[in-house]
Amino acid sequence: MDGFATMAEFLQFAFSGLTVGAVYALVALGFTIIYNASDVVNFAQGEFVMLGGMVTVAVSAAGIPLPLAALFAVALAVGVGVALHRLAIEPAHGASPVVLIIITIGASIFIRGVAQIVFDRQFHKLPSFSGDAPFVLFGATILPQSLWVMGGAGAIVVVLHAFFERTILGKAVLAAAANRLAARLVGIDTRLIMTLSFGISAAIGAVAGILVTPITLTSYNVGTLLALKGFAGGMLGGMGNPLGAVLGGLLLGLVEAFGAGYLSSTYKDGIAFVMILVVLFVSPRGLLGRRSVERV
Amino acid sequence: MRGIFSKRRMTLLVLVALVAVLPLVFPSGYYYRVAALVWISALAAVGLNILMGYAGQVSLGHAGFFGVGAYAVAIGPARLGLASWICILLGAAASGGIAWLVGRPILRLKGHYLAIGTLGFGVLIALVLTSEAKWTGGPDGTSVARLAVANMRISGPTAWYWISGFVLVFGAWLALNLEDSPAGRALRALHDSEIAAALGGIDVARHKLWAFVLAAVYASIAGSELALFDGFITPDTAGFLHSIELVAMVVLGGMGSVLGSVVGAALLTTLPQLLTVFVEYEQALLGLIIMLAMIFLRLGIVPGVQRMLARSAS
Repeated sequence: MDGFATMAEFLQFAFSGLTVGAVYALVALGFTIIYNASDVVNFAQGEFVMLGGMVTVAVSAAGIPLPLAALFAVALAVGVGVALHRLAIEPAHGASPVVLIIITIGASIFIRGVAQIVFDRQFHKLPSFSGDAPFVLFGATILPQSLWVMGGAGAIVVVLHAFFERTILGKAVLAAAANRLAARLVGIDTRLIMTLSFGISAAIGAVAGILVTPITLTSYNVGTLLALKGFAGGMLGGMGNPLGAVLGGLLLGLVEAFGAGYLSSTYKDGIAFVMILVVLFVSPRGLLGRRSVERV
Repeated sequence: MRGIFSKRRMTLLVLVALVAVLPLVFPSGYYYRVAALVWISALAAVGLNILMGYAGQVSLGHAGFFGVGAYAVAIGPARLGLASWICILLGAAASGGIAWLVGRPILRLKGHYLAIGTLGFGVLIALVLTSEAKWTGGPDGTSVARLAVANMRISGPTAWYWISGFVLVFGAWLALNLEDSPAGRALRALHDSEIAAALGGIDVARHKLWAFVLAAVYASIAGSELALFDGFITPDTAGFLHSIELVAMVVLGGMGSVLGSVVGAALLTTLPQLLTVFVEYEQALLGLIIMLAMIFLRLGIVPGVQRMLARSAS
């Protein structure tokens, strides 16, 4: 193979890796926001992605224009996220982390079960937002929808950053994440902050699901693997670090795409987990994880 | 409680009585089948309880070892011409060996990092079992030759009821003995505080590792039993959802309680059988039940009931 073809192939893998990685990054970001606000690792995070895609498909099939359908799907996912916090997480206040993990896994099984009744067990597709004519860049092709995914993920990160740094409410979320008791002492309603975090997280997941459905299709059970990989991405960057979550997700997508391209596509889904194991063996708190001091 | 009514003896007594008496009230062979499935799951749960309940280390990938045991008895007799019972031992040895190799680095992790480490490891085993179709039959699974001892084929729910019941009682006896041994006390000490345990002269890493290996061997034997009993096995037995089911059994029944693991396994194994009436709603109901049980019975069923009894007694 000549140099140009090799280069084109490399770029092709990089583009597809960044597209998938952007989705992992959004799932990981959702994990991180909930984890920071409530110490809960929410395994139902992937179901928000599923809901985003499936609800948009169902609503737009009923004749509603795509943007409205998407908006409705995000609103519904936020409702589910808030309900998850108020009805399942809050009543279990003070339970051990394992119990909380199992509750969220129960929630994800429940949501998946309901989705399978309300919708169906088929794969569904959405039309691409701006056509299917690919761009060609140095011999590699990019689907317009990939740009939507990457651009959407970038926009969400920017908006979130502005929200956390520039608004009082955003700073209250950060304060509650840093020290819940102290936040309460200065008058922050930490319960509201937690509910808000579940809502934001659900919205991010739903948007990711809507953006990526034209490329990857969706069905009632796409959430499980996405949740696992998003969790792996978040861990990779260091749990609780939003920047780390985004980088970890992107890195995971890239490594997966290159691994599938150059090594073995059979084991594509395994690459993420081999990588997370290797990283954790070398640095047990993730790449950007805070060094923690244990109180005795 | 001391003497003949020690907790250990009582637990064993209850288990033996259950296994011996239940067939008297079984109206049909179907009940033997469900009960055998319960004993098999319970064995895996009792093993996982050693790791989770005693040592306080979570494993979200334990079905991987279950899968290794299951596929050992599927592949060994069919491809290598080995006897099934040898393959049970080989599977258990392989699971123990794998656990010993990966356990040291994985068990260094703590909390959520341990969760993702074990999860990733379990997913990898399931992936290998799905992908190496030449050996494992791929995602559709593979059939398993029946167990044969001295040219006698052992199959059918009744035979497996007694085998799995006996193995469970034996496994529970070992776990209960471990609980009261120096090693068991060391595990509980490091559960409470690794630093305090280490200061007390306990080799924390070694004890955690052996709990992991032991739990892996239990799961592997349970997997072999299930494969031989069902005569068919798919990679789902090694999958993430099965790992979660095993963890849920231990937590639901009550962490640290051998009887609790059996109760948890009984609940989560019989529930889907009851729910088959509502095929459509099975997943939704299962998720709902897991959530409700965890919200309202945080301590787990057996410790929760024990506490209630103790309160009403005093």
